[in-house]
Amino acid sequence: MDNDDPVKRLGRFEALDKRPVNLDGFAERDDEAGLVAFASANDPEPSVALEADGRVIELDGHAAADFDLIDAFIAARGLDPVVAEEANAMDDVAFARLIVDPNVPRAKVVRLAAGATPEKLARVVALLRPVELQMAVSKLRVRKTPSNQAHVTNRLDDPLLLAADAATAVAYGFREVETTVPVNADAPSNALAVLIGSQVGAGGALTQCSIEEALELELGLRGLTTYAETVSIYGTEKVFIDGDDTPWSKAFLCSAYASRGLKMRVTSGGGAEALMGAAEGRSMFSLESRCVAQARAMGAQGVQNGGIDGASVVGCVPGGMRELLAENLLVMLRDLESCSGNDALVSESDMRRTAHTVPLFLAGSDFLFSGFGSIPRYDNMFGPSNFNAEDLDDYLVLQRDWGVDGALRPVTEDGLRAVRERAARACLAVYRELGLVGAGEAAPAGFGGDRAADEARVEDVVVAEGSKDITPPDPQAILEASGAIMARQLGILDVVRALWATGFEEEAGRVLAMGRARVAGDYLQTAAIFDEDMRCLSKVTDPNDYQGPGTGYEVPAARLEQIAAIRQQRSRADLLARHAAGAPGRDAGAAAGFRLLARGEARPGTHPHEVCVGVSPALATKLWFTMAGLHVGDALAAIVEGIESGGCVARLVRVRSTVDLGVIGLTAAELAGSGVAVGLQAKGTALIHRKGLAPLACLDLLSIAPLLSAGMYRELGANAAGYAKGLRPAPVRNPYTDQAIEARYHAEVVALIAIERGESVPGAPPLDLEVER
Amino acid sequence: MSGAAAGGGFSAGGFSARALSGRPIEQLTLDAAVRGDLSPADLRVHPDTLRHQAEIAEAHGNPQLGENLRRAAELTALPDDEVLEIYQTLRPGRSTAAGLAKVAERLDAAGAPLCAALVREAAEVYARRGLLKPV
Repeated sequence: MDNDDPVKRLGRFEALDKRPVNLDGFAERDDEAGLVAFASANDPEPSVALEADGRVIELDGHAAADFDLIDAFIAARGLDPVVAEEANAMDDVAFARLIVDPNVPRAKVVRLAAGATPEKLARVVALLRPVELQMAVSKLRVRKTPSNQAHVTNRLDDPLLLAADAATAVAYGFREVETTVPVNADAPSNALAVLIGSQVGAGGALTQCSIEEALELELGLRGLTTYAETVSIYGTEKVFIDGDDTPWSKAFLCSAYASRGLKMRVTSGGGAEALMGAAEGRSMFSLESRCVAQARAMGAQGVQNGGIDGASVVGCVPGGMRELLAENLLVMLRDLESCSGNDALVSESDMRRTAHTVPLFLAGSDFLFSGFGSIPRYDNMFGPSNFNAEDLDDYLVLQRDWGVDGALRPVTEDGLRAVRERAARACLAVYRELGLVGAGEAAPAGFGGDRAADEARVEDVVVAEGSKDITPPDPQAILEASGAIMARQLGILDVVRALWATGFEEEAGRVLAMGRARVAGDYLQTAAIFDEDMRCLSKVTDPNDYQGPGTGYEVPAARLEQIAAIRQQRSRADLLARHAAGAPGRDAGAAAGFRLLARGEARPGTHPHEVCVGVSPALATKLWFTMAGLHVGDALAAIVEGIESGGCVARLVRVRSTVDLGVIGLTAAELAGSGVAVGLQAKGTALIHRKGLAPLACLDLLSIAPLLSAGMYRELGANAAGYAKGLRPAPVRNPYTDQAIEARYHAEVVALIAIERGESVPGAPPLDLEVER
Repeated sequence: MSGAAAGGGFSAGGFSARALSGRPIEQLTLDAAVRGDLSPADLRVHPDTLRHQAEIAEAHGNPQLGENLRRAAELTALPDDEVLEIYQTLRPGRSTAAGLAKVAERLDAAGAPLCAALVREAAEVYARRGLLKPV
């Protein structure tokens, strides 16, 4: 087919085309379609006019008679009349500076913002550059202590797996756990399973089940969930009505949740209006500012935004990622809890999706993700999140790299195994105790019926990465359990009693504490979470007081240690213990028993075919393996074999005075009768040297220690023999890799060299060595 | 767990929460729950608690959150299905002007004047924006 095409494509473009980022869609700015991040040509001019009694009679270019639903709602209850004129008269740049300036207290900024019209605030925030947005987020988020929310779902709605995964999320440190369903009618069972799992290992995590509004409210009323989030609001009248709601119906819903003591937040997010084809030609940010103003007007304590379902729509236009971060800031400026998005996979490119999340991650938020996918991508029934279970280690490392509290913590395999098992068992016990499963023959295979099958099932769930690793439960069983929960009106007290009756007293106490919390009502305040001791952290009890360096949230020392202690971290002691396994008398395979015996001070040799092999101070004293995992005895044997294959005689010497491989090789060369030597460090790096050369000017060098095999050492030995005989052997080629080999091994290199240095004796003469096996 | 911790740690101003049933929060113990002494109303928030939280929200500069909590306090008196029903009447195109007026009256009668005002405000705007159900 390419035969007809005379122009051959550039290899560079062909290669770039295959990069993941080119699977993403990018749209040209289109103001009419609302495909514009900031400042559409159709955005109104900010304006406000008030009557003497404080009534707003003009808002962002509209007179009261022309207010649409959203204008009318914001005008009626969204703006602080005391500061409205002051805020809107202020110069945009001056306002923007107040937002960023650490010397201006947060309280002063939010007081002004409370009077700013949606368009005014949109214009002001649009002035902030990315780093200024980060500064503003650090200063303006409501709660001082950052937190994080997890998605916990699976393709099968398997309750035991949901419980185990909820406990897993809590073990990692998530303080809100959100579930949903692939099958609508499974919602009650999912809510129950997640509630149980969320209180295993530690108490206080809030849970929700995202589902159709009436059912979500009902599950909340029963105490099977403890917060709600999916109360959607929109930035144009048309889309709001298409969503079958109005600002007033949603405001009423906010009060309904609060009337039952439930925390709730609303959901908005840029791009939704453009997706629905009714953006009125306005920019995404302008519309989102209307959403956030409505949220404040409704009396919601918080907002989930930063794209959400429309994140990728925002991401496809110029400035989109900046817009998403700016959305979060709008919420903070309105003095509301920010549940900051990052919950939809915005790119096929790991680089691009990470770049979306990192600015907020560094700045900190009330909830850094409004759903980190704590389960594998394929199990996320919201669709994959921007970060998922596969990314947990990356995330923990990012926290460690920056010394930033991303609200998660490392877990051990044993610790995780324990909470997963306890959660699965607690869930099974409650389902049995409440008669939700296992009723006679109707009991589905492997769930609630046969005890042995249940046991196997719990074991499967504990070790499963996700739902692909377990036997699917009978879908009918989950539907029946859900039906029973609804028909029998089971609620939190039934769960408490069932947990207690089946020996899960600790969890019973924690579930009850969640019920008691709603009687106390403290967690209705802005940005409230419970820590693991059930202390309520909120705007009231844990206010963000950032005012520049040395203020605001300081990662506590113990928490910094926890962040540092990732499971991959190794100490020098770990390394020495690993190497000790190669010492004589230990099982090190073929090299077992290998040792190097010192035979006195080495003198210059005279045999013209004598090639020395100089080894480093710690080789076969403290260090027994090369970085490639080869026993040092085997590496030495390969070098000697190579030397002998070239018709030369090998002589081993230890150079004790230095850790520098160039000097080791040169010293050995000066002792060799041929004037040629091989130098070998314990870590595996090796070279050929000749008497009279400068230390760094060696003849041949194998530098990529982690990739060196016995065959390469043999080749190096043979080359050394060649040089000794005055030939010109072809240089040994270093193996090449494009992997981050330094990132993988440099920490180990530092430890290895430190051990070499510890074994070195400055000024000590080289020693002759003999091999004993 | 101490009583203060059980209450969530914030009980400044000497406010002591009790459940909708009237039972003091200190009595909401695991013992009581497993003995079967607690009923769902023992785990529901009391309107006084919501008004107390409203005062806190207002003192912390968020009058809208305060008003929401005051509306919530009013709604504690209404059964779940009635709350859901009122929500439905507020959805677009569901109610006539007279229908919404009746809901507002009902709310007034139930001691929920803030909720009633919200419904009346909605009715006025719905009329202007064509969101009322045709008579």
